[in-house]
Amino acid sequence: MGPFVPELISDQLNLLVALFIGIGFGFVLEQAGFSSSRRLAGVFYGYDFTVLRVFFTAAVTAMSGVLLLGYFGLLDTEAIYVNPMWLLPAVVGGIIMGAGFILGGYCPGTSISAAAIGKVDGMFFIGGGILGVLVFGELFPLYDKFYESTPLGALKVFDLLGISQGLFAFLLITIAVTAFAVTTMIEKRVNKNSAPSLEFKTSRHVAAGIVALALGVLFIVLPDRKTHLLNKVSEPNYISSHPVVTMEIDELAFRIVDREPNIQIIDVRTPESYARMALPASNNIQVRDFFSKEWASAFSRRHVRKVIVGENDAQERSSYLLLQELGYENLAILQGGFEAFNKTILTSSVPVSTGGRWEADVIKFRNDARARISKMIVDSKQQGQKIVRKEKKIQGGC
Amino acid sequence: MNTKYMNPYLAGFFLGLVLLAALFITGRGLGASGAIKSMVVAAVDGIAPAHAESSSFYGTYVGPGKEHPLKSWLFFEVVGVLIGGFISGLVSDRLKIVTESGPNVKPKIRWLFAAIGGALFGIGAQFARGCTSGAALTGMAVLSTAGFVTMMAIFGSGYAFAYFARKLWIKEKE
Repeated sequence: MGPFVPELISDQLNLLVALFIGIGFGFVLEQAGFSSSRRLAGVFYGYDFTVLRVFFTAAVTAMSGVLLLGYFGLLDTEAIYVNPMWLLPAVVGGIIMGAGFILGGYCPGTSISAAAIGKVDGMFFIGGGILGVLVFGELFPLYDKFYESTPLGALKVFDLLGISQGLFAFLLITIAVTAFAVTTMIEKRVNKNSAPSLEFKTSRHVAAGIVALALGVLFIVLPDRKTHLLNKVSEPNYISSHPVVTMEIDELAFRIVDREPNIQIIDVRTPESYARMALPASNNIQVRDFFSKEWASAFSRRHVRKVIVGENDAQERSSYLLLQELGYENLAILQGGFEAFNKTILTSSVPVSTGGRWEADVIKFRNDARARISKMIVDSKQQGQKIVRKEKKIQGGC
Repeated sequence: MNTKYMNPYLAGFFLGLVLLAALFITGRGLGASGAIKSMVVAAVDGIAPAHAESSSFYGTYVGPGKEHPLKSWLFFEVVGVLIGGFISGLVSDRLKIVTESGPNVKPKIRWLFAAIGGALFGIGAQFARGCTSGAALTGMAVLSTAGFVTMMAIFGSGYAFAYFARKLWIKEKE
């Protein structure tokens, strides 16, 4: 499951990846005609809408790819860097950059691809850019407060609008296709002789537009993979037709007392319940976090039995089945949930009768386990519970 | 200017795939202005290290325990952009030392305005935490609000200023 940084790709190797990604980026920019400032400026005067076409198609393609890879579970979309926003600085910065675009005829990326093929104006643009950053850096104390103002964090745009991700994707694709059609008409009117769109094969372009819109409709219909799987594992039919492995209360108690290294206790109860009382060396992981890559390496250890502890059997079963759906092995649920364990082992007042031959031994074991586990709970509370290392976050941004 | 450019939608599709590859492999998108920033930070740190470390802007990137500013993902990526652009110019026979400008614009005027435009981008990209590629394009692909806000601000402002800059790009009708 992507992304492969930092587990599979080291920081050093990542720089080599950056170089190759950059080569692809520079090659495509130049092939698209982005090394030509007149072509770039054309979008603002209506004689050449290349910028809009390339830019929007790229954004829609990459967005669709991220959504599809996420749906099929090939990409952890939570691990991708989402650029945070400081609203006012973003707007002011954008306005300054827009003025730079119309005066300079490039943006930074395109100026580099222009300089690469010998455009002198591109080289001057880069030189100006260096000067601009230097000026910004030297005068930074004048506006450092403004620079940090109105932070909104890594806010997703569909959350801001209060709609689903799929609906937003559909709307964006629709806007893009409409903009392509309208701007092509404008371009042919403004630039009767040499509009780039005069060479387009209309039927193919219309077909591509229809495919894009169909993809948009698909995004509305497809629930994201998370919702889909969460619904699936909570359906009664699905639960009853998929058996689970159960670990008995005494067995878990024994393994805890034994400090067995090859079990991992996953507590899926709410953080509040977990904070009130929890088993020693357990991890409180909410079901929705099962999808995230940060726990993937912990869940993937095959020789370690993952024991799921929840409020009750039903919650444990659906958590179990979800982990199974996600491809993890060697799972078990705790018989009866946390409360059953609490009653049987941790609460001393009335021993639960087993009615068996070995009742005396069982009671002795449980009394012993109670003392030890209670002490372990106190100890691990003092040390803090987290034993499994979380993966570090990806850094990005300009 | 002789060889034809790629169909823009096809180019956009390929650009989208490059961006998707970056997101899929490394978890982060494309960028450009960040590399220019790294160069400036490296230069300031090289010339006046004490000044760089005490500055609240450069100081974030330099100092004990920090990697050299040029050992950054975006700097390597931008070196790649130079190589990739050059290869494209080579295969499409567009390598040529030339200044491109609007009709009736002298090269020196074009250079001046290119540098001014670059400087504005350098400043604006710091406020917006990225430029057209890093903030706007990549941001839109990961559906971040910052991506859409920055994109709209850049293009909205471009259209708003286009009238005043028309002499740089188009022939005025009599």
